[in-house]
Amino acid sequence: MKALRIGQTAAVLSVAALALTACGSNGNTGATSPAADGAAAVTGTLTGTGASSVGAAMVAWAEEFAAANSGAQVNYTEEGSGAGRTGLIDGKVDFAASDAYLTDEELAASEATCGPDGAFDVPIYVSPIAVAFNLEGVDTLNLDADTIASIFAGKITTWNDEAIAALNEGVTLPDTKITVVHRNDKSGTTENFTDYLAQAAPSIWTEEKSGDWPGAFASESAKGTSGVVDTVAKTAGAITYADASRTTGLGIASVKVGEEFSAPTAEGAAKAADTATAVEGRAAHDIAFDLDRTSDEAGVYPISLVTFGLFCSTYADQETADLVKAFGTYITSAEGQEVAAADAGSSPLSAELSERAAEAIATISVK
Amino acid sequence: MSSNALTDSGSAGRAGDKIFSTAAMVAGSLILFVLFCVAVFLVKESIPALTADPADLKGGVSFFAHIGALIVGTLIAAAIALLLATPVAVGVALFISHYAPRRLAQGLGYIVDLLAAIPSVIYGAWGVTVLAPALVPPYVWLAENAGWIPLFTGPASATGKTMLTAGVVLAVMIMPIVTSLSREIFLQTPKLHEEAALALGATRWEMVRVAVLPFARPGIVSAVMLGLGRALGETMAIALVLSSGPMIASLIQSGNQTIAAEIALAFPESSGVQTNALFAAGLVLFVITLAVNMVARWIVARHKEFSGAN
Repeated sequence: MKALRIGQTAAVLSVAALALTACGSNGNTGATSPAADGAAAVTGTLTGTGASSVGAAMVAWAEEFAAANSGAQVNYTEEGSGAGRTGLIDGKVDFAASDAYLTDEELAASEATCGPDGAFDVPIYVSPIAVAFNLEGVDTLNLDADTIASIFAGKITTWNDEAIAALNEGVTLPDTKITVVHRNDKSGTTENFTDYLAQAAPSIWTEEKSGDWPGAFASESAKGTSGVVDTVAKTAGAITYADASRTTGLGIASVKVGEEFSAPTAEGAAKAADTATAVEGRAAHDIAFDLDRTSDEAGVYPISLVTFGLFCSTYADQETADLVKAFGTYITSAEGQEVAAADAGSSPLSAELSERAAEAIATISVK
Repeated sequence: MSSNALTDSGSAGRAGDKIFSTAAMVAGSLILFVLFCVAVFLVKESIPALTADPADLKGGVSFFAHIGALIVGTLIAAAIALLLATPVAVGVALFISHYAPRRLAQGLGYIVDLLAAIPSVIYGAWGVTVLAPALVPPYVWLAENAGWIPLFTGPASATGKTMLTAGVVLAVMIMPIVTSLSREIFLQTPKLHEEAALALGATRWEMVRVAVLPFARPGIVSAVMLGLGRALGETMAIALVLSSGPMIASLIQSGNQTIAAEIALAFPESSGVQTNALFAAGLVLFVITLAVNMVARWIVARHKEFSGAN
């Protein structure tokens, strides 16, 4: 039966398409150039796994790293932050990336694989999450946490609502209905955004932070960053949250911080990482921190996403240790951060944080 | 020792028979083995989710509360698809087999087969960029004029990404399968039956009604069931088109979700027992699909004697 065979082909194709989109990479996975960089070149293969938020950046990093070190290769698979953390603890991978830092229990568990000092966290990727909307004739709006929470919880339903108007004097707001669009796939973006809402507007946003959008506040949804941006672009009066580098063409909200309003900029996100609260009781080289969602400091953009790189403090052999060190130093360096900014639209780490990360990674040694 | 050509070739033939029958049997049992492995794997991975603390699972509800809504969503989407696709597909198949001029019929048949080869992600992209926005005005009209029917309760979705849209996309996707299979069945109607009907003075429609359709009924049922199988398992198109959410009755608001789309959307970022919950959802889908196929077999078997095929 020809029709059946064709149906099966279609099924195989759709599975392949799913696999491709699930990766979410920028498809820039061509062969690397065999450039050699004499002196500090390292060789070998590194495997890593974890968050999909750094997927595009990892592809770019792996390419550039392999180009600079012939014989070195980095394989990163996007299996989710949780899989990244357990993968490193179980010793299945050499490094991991995670939207959440290791918990104290996970740190203790990592001692079996990573030596007495366990594993440690280093910020490798910072990106602002924009609150983006489609409202004819309005390019920017000032919103505070309570208003944003009320909009996304469905409590403010039209754009000319008093709460919005009070923050935006002089802006003509239409009576268009607000259509909230959220992600329908599980995502670190959603987790960071709901974390902001839960912390900055706890009286309105009564749900806990979660990678899945809470069912209590369900509205329109779409798949992935491109899905929500696309849906908002097509729907008058729609609003969403998405990686700021991907919201071109939409109106962008500035968020109230202290007495001022800050726009989602690379500087704002980097500053949020700089002013974050360090997690207590961690080793000197562990740069785990919690973003201060309720910060009053001017210039901070509180709705930012941080992905941590997770490394072992000791590795079994010299080659792996050197390779991890070289790769870790590269991705947190100014150069590596620029590559991620160009390819994935992230915000480069500040010089200070980048230096701290380099110092932390330099402590990696052999068992 | 001398031997003649006949026995030689005979023994070679016996060896060939043996090899061939063994190969065929291995191939046949391989299918069962794979199916068995999939089932064992799914059951094994599912068990932790069934006994898990609800707090660890999505939405903080137990797995059974969670999967119930997904089953309903899956069945709604498939039902819409079947209701829309079956009449059209049977009509197209009849047109190709009994009405269209020969040359046109060949071309049409080819195009329908081609439709089946389009990957589902393309259908999904089309659904979300073209169909969903185009359906917003009809949905608004439905909400205003037929809102008293629970299925069309307003306010209508502003994006058009609703269960009804997803059902329409699914209908387009399963139509080619149902059409091709039905067409093959219609073409097998015994010529004598058709000519007998015409000779008794039946019009062409009457001939189709008394000779073709009764003969083809089990075939149509199995074609529809194959389409249903695809509709139940469709993932990418639903993930792209449907604005998923909690279970609701209205088909023109955003909400509902299917099992396959839920697995695809949640899998990349899930870990631990949440992954087990997704495997358990997969097991449920596996069982539903198996049940659908068994029911289809049963229907076909029951109608066989009366089909006129014998």
